[in-house]
Amino acid sequence: MRKIKKIKIKVNGKVRYISNNFRMIDLVKNLKIPMKKVAIELNQEIIDKKNINKINLKKNDKIEIVHFIGGG
Amino acid sequence: MEEVSLKVDKLVIAKKNFNSRLIVGTGKYKNMSECAKAIKLSGAEIVTVAVRRVNITNKKKPLLMDYIDPKKITYLPNTAGCFNSKEALRTLRLAREIGGWKLVKLEVLGDKENLFPDMLETLNSTEILAKEGFKVMVYCNDDPLMAKRLENSGAEAIMPLAAPIGSGLGILNKVNIQIIRKQTRLPLIIDAGLGQASDATIAMELGCDGVLVNTAIAKAKKPFSMAVAFKNAVIAGRQSFNSGRIEKNLMGNPSSPIKGII
Repeated sequence: MRKIKKIKIKVNGKVRYISNNFRMIDLVKNLKIPMKKVAIELNQEIIDKKNINKINLKKNDKIEIVHFIGGG
Repeated sequence: MEEVSLKVDKLVIAKKNFNSRLIVGTGKYKNMSECAKAIKLSGAEIVTVAVRRVNITNKKKPLLMDYIDPKKITYLPNTAGCFNSKEALRTLRLAREIGGWKLVKLEVLGDKENLFPDMLETLNSTEILAKEGFKVMVYCNDDPLMAKRLENSGAEAIMPLAAPIGSGLGILNKVNIQIIRKQTRLPLIIDAGLGQASDATIAMELGCDGVLVNTAIAKAKKPFSMAVAFKNAVIAGRQSFNSGRIEKNLMGNPSSPIKGII
């Protein structure tokens, strides 16, 4: 059986290992992220949520997923 | 004969009408349901919210949007916790991406102890955000000159502090607030530092268009009761302002007629 190669990325400051064929959509599905309630940054650039199925994740990508919480 | 107006005197921000002149922060509550109930009791139609990382390890953590419906209550994304223009711009651009929020509150802090705003970074950010199409409500110090500069840079509302954030000291410089009131036609909202309901009444009587309160409600011994107190205080203050107060006199002026005295 062929072994799937894993790559290292960072999501919200935490290291994660994902398959090297992961797209952004696979990551958000994997994390069960409610897409309507978040915004996503890839390497400090905001991504258009409509394009998450077209974005292939690469080694050392830094992803930030944010939402609204209580604040003053 | 004077007719008492029962018509709601609406607050207009960025061409949007609001019945309530009280804006409430959603931080510092014990939990989400307490926050949601306090907001309901306060009658607020605008609430400030913060942008933070999603907790990806605990997916069951309750979400603010599940408790406060953004279709019913206007979310005002805030840059609280940002200490420079770069962080503030990043935060608000992300907030806009979450769901198209263009009406935002800009708050760039300059000092971790007193939490006073860094006005140079604030001014710079206001200009950039306005150019990007944001409607920016700007937290600022109570300096009339800076308030004017913010207005000239495209601010949608001026939000001077009453006192340091969370201090509960009430309005420290009424004169400056009145000067800012006189010079601007933009919505003027007192933000930060209120401690009790009467502070909100004073703000409204000075001619402010609204007040923003968080700690004074969230950290009161009885937050629900304080939410109602602030609601009534803002209504009373606005009505008092619209009623035209009497002149102040140094000497007394009897309330009963002198004529016919026995």
